[in-house]
Amino acid sequence: MLKEIRPAIVVLVLLTLITGLAYPLAMTGIAGAIFPNQAQGSLIEKDGKVIGSALIGQSFTSDKYFHGRPSATNAPDPKDATKTVDAPYNAANSMGSNLGPTSKALADRIKGDVESLKKENAAAAIPVDLVTTSGSGLDPDISPEAARFQVPRVAKARGLPETSVRSLVEGQVEGRTLGLLGEPRVNVLRLNLALDAMKS
Amino acid sequence: MTVIGWIQILLFCAIIVALTPLVGGYMTRVFAGERTWLSAVLRPVEAAIYWAGGVDEKREQHWLTYTVAMLLFHVGGFLILYVLLRVQAALPFNPAEQSNVAPDLAFNTAISFITNTNWQNYGGEGTMSYLTQMLGLTHQNFLSAATGIVLAVALIRGFARASAKTVGNFWVDITRCTLYILLPICVVYTIFLVWQGIPQTLQPYVDAATLEGAKQTIAVGPVASQVAIKMLGTNGGGFFNANAAHPFENPTALSNFVQMISIFVLGAALTNVFGRMVGNQRQGWAILSVMGILFVAGVAFCYWAEANGTATLDALGLTGGNMEGKEVRFGIVASALFAVVTTAASCGAVNAMHDSFSALGGMIPLINIQLGEIVIGGVGSGLYGMLLFVVVTIFIAGLMVGRTPEYVGKKIEAKEVKMAMLAILAMPLMMLGWTAVAAVNPQALPQLGNSGPHGFSEMLYLYVSSTGNNGSAFGGITANTMFFNITGAIAMFVGRFFMIIPAMAIAGSLVEKKSIAASLGTFPTTGELFVGLTVGVILVVGGLTFFPVLALGPIVEHLAMLAGTVF
Repeated sequence: MLKEIRPAIVVLVLLTLITGLAYPLAMTGIAGAIFPNQAQGSLIEKDGKVIGSALIGQSFTSDKYFHGRPSATNAPDPKDATKTVDAPYNAANSMGSNLGPTSKALADRIKGDVESLKKENAAAAIPVDLVTTSGSGLDPDISPEAARFQVPRVAKARGLPETSVRSLVEGQVEGRTLGLLGEPRVNVLRLNLALDAMKS
Repeated sequence: MTVIGWIQILLFCAIIVALTPLVGGYMTRVFAGERTWLSAVLRPVEAAIYWAGGVDEKREQHWLTYTVAMLLFHVGGFLILYVLLRVQAALPFNPAEQSNVAPDLAFNTAISFITNTNWQNYGGEGTMSYLTQMLGLTHQNFLSAATGIVLAVALIRGFARASAKTVGNFWVDITRCTLYILLPICVVYTIFLVWQGIPQTLQPYVDAATLEGAKQTIAVGPVASQVAIKMLGTNGGGFFNANAAHPFENPTALSNFVQMISIFVLGAALTNVFGRMVGNQRQGWAILSVMGILFVAGVAFCYWAEANGTATLDALGLTGGNMEGKEVRFGIVASALFAVVTTAASCGAVNAMHDSFSALGGMIPLINIQLGEIVIGGVGSGLYGMLLFVVVTIFIAGLMVGRTPEYVGKKIEAKEVKMAMLAILAMPLMMLGWTAVAAVNPQALPQLGNSGPHGFSEMLYLYVSSTGNNGSAFGGITANTMFFNITGAIAMFVGRFFMIIPAMAIAGSLVEKKSIAASLGTFPTTGELFVGLTVGVILVVGGLTFFPVLALGPIVEHLAMLAGTVF
């Protein structure tokens, strides 16, 4: 058995260096050369400044912007490091609510959100994704129904005709991949950027 | 449920079935030591490793030596990872200035990664430096996966060889598995994942000024190279806290689909390796059929449960299924399918939060792990787990007709059955025993994220997932405490090694036996009867062991939900 100790050390160290350093570093070089934009995080710049990532949702609260889904991410409380405070779309601390189907906290939260959305648009059915938090808390997308639901509010806040905002939304709908995989969706950041571009 | 949802599920199954013989053929050649089309590049590296390590690649090992070699390899891997976690603050590649990891969390994480569990008591982007992610976690993702595969191959050799003494050479198997199977696939796979949008960079986290003028810090890193092996090796430990739900770990519907395939591909191919090595591919297909039946049943049930939503959503007139904890780009079907895939295999990556699944939908992942993750299973561990159940099935079939049972030409006798039962009984002892301890521990209970039966399910899931070396979680539980870190680590350790060592003992016992030709009295192990009987044995063993605890958790929660109760 003692003669297994040398290979145990040498094979382990060599395979560790190959898989733990050579492989990720080589892939960083190759990926950065072939897909530089994605490798850095699909960042979007405006006037030379990074305004976010196309893949990471951000918090929108103004009536002038389309809102993403509720987010369950938090951040350390600046006053007391052992506690946390709500910090939606904190992209340095991804998490879901982890509330279960019989959670009172979840039921109360959804009820509250439904009531405020009803005030905003009583005519349309409320899309389920607008009142549920995503798994990552960073979901960049909403369903096409959730975008359509917000059209009257956004149009009113911007003083734009509903029809033009609606057609902007329809232009931003991404279908299923290959017509089959995943679900139709609208990227909220891209939609809001297009909205800002429309104004000017 | 929708037609397009079912088409996605069927397409997934079809691709796995199509890949099984192709990948299985390649893997068989690799473990037979034959030249492959990659040999021109990789053979010099391989030879250099043997030369430096003093490995004689022609000399094979007795099963005990093979097992000791494997254990030594684990000890070394544990030490590297533990030390790295404890001193990462002083090492390079740490732009986010992560501090050293506390001893109990480092212990839990190191055990977790060497056992291929990858339970996340740590939050990736908030705890780990880039160096730890690469040199600690990525490398263990490779090696724990390779270990699982080579142990399965050693067990297969036990069945395939007759009147022999040795089951292979651990150092040769682990080197070839890493170099010829895992690494080449990961190189191509990483590039695909970056193309889809997964970052691969050593730059620090990015500060963005959002459209509304707030500051958003966006965690990035060498993610793609780790995600590739995390999926292929059924490890499942995420670069980020939210794992494959995070848009940077799983950006598109296509990346999601390919990730699910990569979880299953090697585990499914190993059934074909088994068939080829014992000389009849139909033996492999029979095992894959058993897995397939259990898998499709699980998917259908979970999809149905999630598409139905929950009472809370129904009461408010919200349709479209239970979207709490799920991402829009995946929707209901790709989330339910992923949950079943990741727990059928011992992967544990999640693209939706299992804790927020409906009571019955969340029960399927639990059951999958409780049954021992034998539906495809972890790379390697799934096959040897399934073969343990086959041994028991054959034994029961033998009892029915009063004849010494045989499987692929080997007599299955008392020793094999005892070893199989040891492994099959060690699992529930850890899963149920620790849950019982936690349920009466006043320090454990305040850590639960949900009240009522769902809180019980969170504890149950923790120990089930740890013992099964899965690593997914009902994540509402705050398990980064001394109690959970230590007991969880024990469960992971026993779950791994009380499966591996009995399986190796069976390999050692079988390899010495004579091969006997099939006769009229031999129970055929390629037909429907065998498949049906094995499915039955798995469900009966699992049902008897776990029904009571499921009744206390998800089942009572479902009934409470129907009655309109919230906790």
